[in-house]
Amino acid sequence: MNFDWLFLFEISLAGIGTGGLYALTGLCFVLIYKATRVVNLAIGEMLMIGAYVFFAFAAGMALPIWLAILGAVIAGGLLGALVERTMIRPMLGESPISVFMVTVGLASILVGLVELVWGANPQRLPEFLPDDPVMIGEAFIASKVFYGFLVAALLVAAVLLIFRFWRGGIALRATASDQAAAYSMGINVPRVFSLSWTFAGALAAVAGIVVGAIGGISPVMGVFGLSVLVVVIFGGLDSVLGALIGGLFIGLVEAWASAYLGGEYELLVTFILLVLILMVRPYGLFGTAEIERL
Amino acid sequence: MRIGTAPQTYAADQALFDTRTQWTWLALLGLLLVAFPFLVNEYWLYMACLVAINVASATGLNILTGYTGLVSLGQAAFMGMGAYTVAALEARFGTPALLNLVAAGVVAMAGGAIVGIPSLRVKGLYLAIATIAASFIAHFVFANWTAVTGGTAGLSVPPARFFGVALDTSFRIYWLILPLTVLMVAGAANLFRTRIGRAFIAIRDRDISADVLGIPLLRYKLLSFGLSSFYAGVAGGLWAYFFRVVTPESFPLLMSIFFLAAIIVGGMGTILGSILGAIFMTLVPELLKFVVDWLPFENATVALSPVRTMVFGALIVGFLIFEPHGLAEIWRRIRRFFHLYPFRT
Repeated sequence: MNFDWLFLFEISLAGIGTGGLYALTGLCFVLIYKATRVVNLAIGEMLMIGAYVFFAFAAGMALPIWLAILGAVIAGGLLGALVERTMIRPMLGESPISVFMVTVGLASILVGLVELVWGANPQRLPEFLPDDPVMIGEAFIASKVFYGFLVAALLVAAVLLIFRFWRGGIALRATASDQAAAYSMGINVPRVFSLSWTFAGALAAVAGIVVGAIGGISPVMGVFGLSVLVVVIFGGLDSVLGALIGGLFIGLVEAWASAYLGGEYELLVTFILLVLILMVRPYGLFGTAEIERL
Repeated sequence: MRIGTAPQTYAADQALFDTRTQWTWLALLGLLLVAFPFLVNEYWLYMACLVAINVASATGLNILTGYTGLVSLGQAAFMGMGAYTVAALEARFGTPALLNLVAAGVVAMAGGAIVGIPSLRVKGLYLAIATIAASFIAHFVFANWTAVTGGTAGLSVPPARFFGVALDTSFRIYWLILPLTVLMVAGAANLFRTRIGRAFIAIRDRDISADVLGIPLLRYKLLSFGLSSFYAGVAGGLWAYFFRVVTPESFPLLMSIFFLAAIIVGGMGTILGSILGAIFMTLVPELLKFVVDWLPFENATVALSPVRTMVFGALIVGFLIFEPHGLAEIWRRIRRFFHLYPFRT
């Protein structure tokens, strides 16, 4: 048997590239979950909105790329803040399932909005990533995937630093670990809620731009969010480390599955993995086990 | 408490309908349902059949989600199992329609029991996500088990036959769908007057307490999944007979969300809620069509599909925020107003 190691290596690189984006989006998800305990199924759709706003700025209004990215990030942040204020805040104290369903409804609203404004057909984002192929050793990797991964990695690092050292980040971590204690220490918890959604919205917009640059944008690109759901379940809903490792791992598994089994197996393998994780370690690899009290 | 109802026995207290007035209204409703196909045109008859199928499936989901508290986003997948069972049996063996429908229910029930297994380990959101996984796996099976399901092309279904009459129009199949739906809804309503139904409610309210009280969680959770999927399977079978073609794309995740939305909008944990919710959610897109047709815009019809999607999402969000008990609660308020009319308004 002469196994094609180079092929495996190239596939794995591509998988890690996608995995970086999963990790970034997973980070948005964990950010929201840690601060507000909301499982946000609409994360894929928030990604999509970011990509479409970028598209509108860059292709529609022909702004320079950096300005368009900035605009999309601001729009994503505003969207996050708006959603938190109008939909999530009124649901405070309701059962997690109800809040989850609110985000399902939100996803539907966002998809409808995008179709209404930009139409149902897929679009291409203007090219802005360097186009020369990247070689690592002998392995070829598509430049977009490579630079996408680079962007994701940089952002993840930036976010981790921010939450380590910035006051707001510390407030967020304090709220996540004990809400009542955070309140009594004078942290404005409602504002932390807003902050986490705003931040996640802005990050999701960047992730959306990169995902859109690689695969094009369409109203169904929110499906990306379903893979991210698997990522965060795998890593643990409230674990940043889990989202990063889970993202890379799921990216790899999906790449292998679609290369060796065929494209239609990609989602199947992902979801079988999900069921297995739920059966064995429901709170994920690094998540906190929930203790139930009567 | 209403005037004129003073139950003397436990049985009378448990009765679903306790006054003569209610029975009169019910009889009128029954008459209306029987007369309905003779009064309306083909379009409304088509809608009525669709509504009845959705009512059956939503009732099933309400048993699981509304009464047992296990959130499922796999209802469409179970309907798919039922639909494929009917399609395969009807096309290959030509067995009687009623037998096929029961088989559809049983197959979906088995599927539901399998999908329900994670519910022993996880609950709430995690369970909802596990059922999403199940529905994707089911979709994969539908699309790739070509020998039975016909692959991505799907199967076409011959019309159901009763005593040599082919039920190939909305008018004819109405007489198959409606009685079955009524039967299933009545069955669900009565379920919650029995030991099993009360066990479901106990599990919903606090599963650990229910366990302590001696309700075997394993058995009852799986039973709830099984019953719910049985309803979905029969509804899916009716769906197959109604649309007469079954493809893997017929039962997307969005359809599962539709049913969950229907019971949220209708009212979780009430039978009336599943009926009202299914009717409402099926008819709103159609009403939107009339509204869009009526609007004086040039290309208003292009906007129809996205507007529907948005309204669908807005209904879920709006009901959860403003009316969490759903249409059934609104209905109850209206009724109360009339019960107490001159004395309290």
